[in-house]
Amino acid sequence: MAINFHLNGAAVSFDGDPETPLLWVIRDHFGLTGTKYGCGVAQCGACTVHVDGKNRRACVAPVASVADRSVATIEGLEGRIAAAVQQAWASINVPQCGYCQSGQVMSAIGLLSMTPNPTDAEIDGAMAGNICRCSTYLRIRKAIHQAANTAAKGTP
Amino acid sequence: MTRSISRRSFLASSAGALVISMFLPTLARAQAIRRMRPEEMRDVPATPNAFLRIGADDRVTVISKHIEFGQGTFTGLATLAAEELDADWAQMRVEMSPADVTLYANLNMGQQGTGGSSSMANSFYQMRKAGAAARAMLVTAAAQAWDVPEDEITVNQGVIAHASSKRKSGFGAFAQAASRLPAPIDPPLKDPEVFRLIGTDLTRVDTVAKSSGQTVYSIDLDRPDMVQSAILHPPAFGATVARLDPSDALAISDVLEVHQLTRGIAVYAKTRYAAQQGVAALKVDWDTSKAEMRDSAEMFQTYAQAARTPGTQAERRGDGSAALETAAKQITAEYHFPFLPHAPMEPMGAVAEVGPEFAEIWMGSQLVTRDQSQLETVLGLPPEKIRLHPMVAGGSFGRLGTPDAEFAEEVALVARNWGKGPVKHLWSRENDLRGGRYRPMSVHRLRGGIDAQGNITAWDQVIAIQSFLQGTAFGGAVRDGIDGSAVEGARGMPYNIPNLNIGLHLMENGVLSNFWRSVGSSHTCYSIETFLDDLFALGGQDPIAGRLALIGDENARLRNVLLRVADMVNWSGAKTKPNRALGVAVVKCFRSYVAEIAEVSVGGDGLPKVHKIWCAVDCGVAINPDQIRAQLEGGIGFALGAALYGEITIGKDGRPQQGNFDSFRSLRMSEMPEVEVSIVKSAADPTGVGEPGVPPAAPAVANAWRALTQTNLRVLPFSKGVLA
Repeated sequence: MAINFHLNGAAVSFDGDPETPLLWVIRDHFGLTGTKYGCGVAQCGACTVHVDGKNRRACVAPVASVADRSVATIEGLEGRIAAAVQQAWASINVPQCGYCQSGQVMSAIGLLSMTPNPTDAEIDGAMAGNICRCSTYLRIRKAIHQAANTAAKGTP
Repeated sequence: MTRSISRRSFLASSAGALVISMFLPTLARAQAIRRMRPEEMRDVPATPNAFLRIGADDRVTVISKHIEFGQGTFTGLATLAAEELDADWAQMRVEMSPADVTLYANLNMGQQGTGGSSSMANSFYQMRKAGAAARAMLVTAAAQAWDVPEDEITVNQGVIAHASSKRKSGFGAFAQAASRLPAPIDPPLKDPEVFRLIGTDLTRVDTVAKSSGQTVYSIDLDRPDMVQSAILHPPAFGATVARLDPSDALAISDVLEVHQLTRGIAVYAKTRYAAQQGVAALKVDWDTSKAEMRDSAEMFQTYAQAARTPGTQAERRGDGSAALETAAKQITAEYHFPFLPHAPMEPMGAVAEVGPEFAEIWMGSQLVTRDQSQLETVLGLPPEKIRLHPMVAGGSFGRLGTPDAEFAEEVALVARNWGKGPVKHLWSRENDLRGGRYRPMSVHRLRGGIDAQGNITAWDQVIAIQSFLQGTAFGGAVRDGIDGSAVEGARGMPYNIPNLNIGLHLMENGVLSNFWRSVGSSHTCYSIETFLDDLFALGGQDPIAGRLALIGDENARLRNVLLRVADMVNWSGAKTKPNRALGVAVVKCFRSYVAEIAEVSVGGDGLPKVHKIWCAVDCGVAINPDQIRAQLEGGIGFALGAALYGEITIGKDGRPQQGNFDSFRSLRMSEMPEVEVSIVKSAADPTGVGEPGVPPAAPAVANAWRALTQTNLRVLPFSKGVLA
């Protein structure tokens, strides 16, 4: 039976194996490749997406688990916080190889949506599930603070 | 919504005009394909047509001969070209070059490749000359069109202007006309005093794309009728298939075929999920009779035993180890360094299509020419029938550069065995972590002696390690029993110790190893810098003053970074605050000089808690200071993760025991220390920054730990060395 859900605002339907991880459905079926595979066991965060506005590791979420829900990927970001985060990422030159950064950006937006002005410790806690092998961590933390400030001031 | 790639010839497909015609000086071809010394690189002729494309829309596209895997090379190369072209930074774009050693050799390697922290160093003149030549041609074209003298024309931030006639133009309008002019071979370059872009913190060319999921990596490619493949590798290194039962795998809907290859068992499927399920469902009996079945403990024992004997002499000064006997005091230390995986965030992957008469492959590659030749060998096709597209990669740290080109070979076999169209071949994280090609494990045994005044008089170091170059296309680097990569950092260490001996045992090991960010210095810097502190403590010397006394004038730049980092912390000894200590370490590698000081306390888990690292670097001309800082920050984090937790251990079944990020622990955000970088202002030609930040971080931490706890950390990772 087909799984119906919303992907970046559009109603979509997937009629393959309902156990298929959401990650591969997003990437290979719907062609949205910004969401990455890094571990397959929810340890690295490269596959982070938002399901009904909350961070979710797409590599361990069966597509059936998002039936009738709303999934947002890096390609479908909108709003003040997302704009502030992406602007901060660019102005601080956060990415190196960039492969984990979609997941980092998604986790950062998820954090700021719940905690608009996080402390270092709150950032470290919220971002603990996102590995960056290039170790861009200092810049990620700085960018999250900057984005929090920008978003608080209104439209970036 | 899928991203399709077409077969494109980057030179032919340009929507705009080429900068110049296909003219290429034959001199350039002949010179480019051999390894050059740094001082020869400034004489490379300009070849702007290989490196630059200027469109009618004013966009300047730099063709990068190096892959970008995070180290900022795309940005650096574009900066060099834009500087001499007097382009505006916003008009610069970068794309990857195809595999073509005649145009895109790394002058430091004599073949096309990215590694050894050499991208900026070998391109500093070449890319500037390309920009300068293109600028000269645009000026000539404008002068002809406007009928004014060339020397009255100015170029500034992408605008060509003639003041007295009040004429102005972008580059695009003259690109076509410029393309019909001959390219100057040796255009004059700017005086560094007037650099406008070099030396500034330009935004990376790839930052926006990488912050919005738009960058296309190998894993993201799509082709019409492409199938997905996954692979099961042997569980132990050297094991082979005794019996394969693919029936359960083939019973999975969407699994298409199963093929037994020399490198493993490939499962082809319509979807990635099915391919993964197929691999999990394979039933295999493995023949381990020829496999490496020793566990890590046994290997370390064998290596340690070897390190107690002299080995092959790599360097000797004065009386060598004989001087130990006359030393007033002496100490001995044995170090254990584990196998370390690279674990780039993007696991190995490629898209490939192989037919009887052609092959086309997209993959990340640090050794493009080597991979190309392996594809030719495996597929039995001539070079012109193989199109290899080097891809932007999600990290590498050395993983994408294997001397035996094993991944290129696997991809070729996988695609040829399918033979019905394109295949996306991806590794799982387990394939990656259990697939070998690790930083080789090693044991170092050091003995050192001091005289009655505390001066270090004798140093004897024996290293037991396997060679990952011997027997490969790079085997020439192993001479008279010495693999240069195994003793780099130790042989020719920058300390004037009168009696010194460096010995090497090249060990047999079936677990495959490889280059790993900073290569030999990843272990030699650790043993040397921590053992130095042991000897300084024995002789009552300060770690900074002691080092300064041993570094000669020939390494004045190393002394300078050490002095600078000491200034950064107002050094007055290792212990200045309660419950915290400072430790220092230095390295000279990839022609750069780095000194680091770590501030450490005892963490809640009993391991070193690293609060801050101060870092001074001299890497010649700082092309982009912000990217230099980024590489040093990243190198330090990479090194700390490895030092604290990083290891691959081999079990009694010959199998690597860490398969994913749950068992292989990577550094996470809360463990990243503050990093402060100071860059020495220099007019010397630029040298590497991708690797040199790595080696001093762990020994600086260990030296601080020693000052703090009076205990040595000689077994890596620290999680083993401290808590064992």
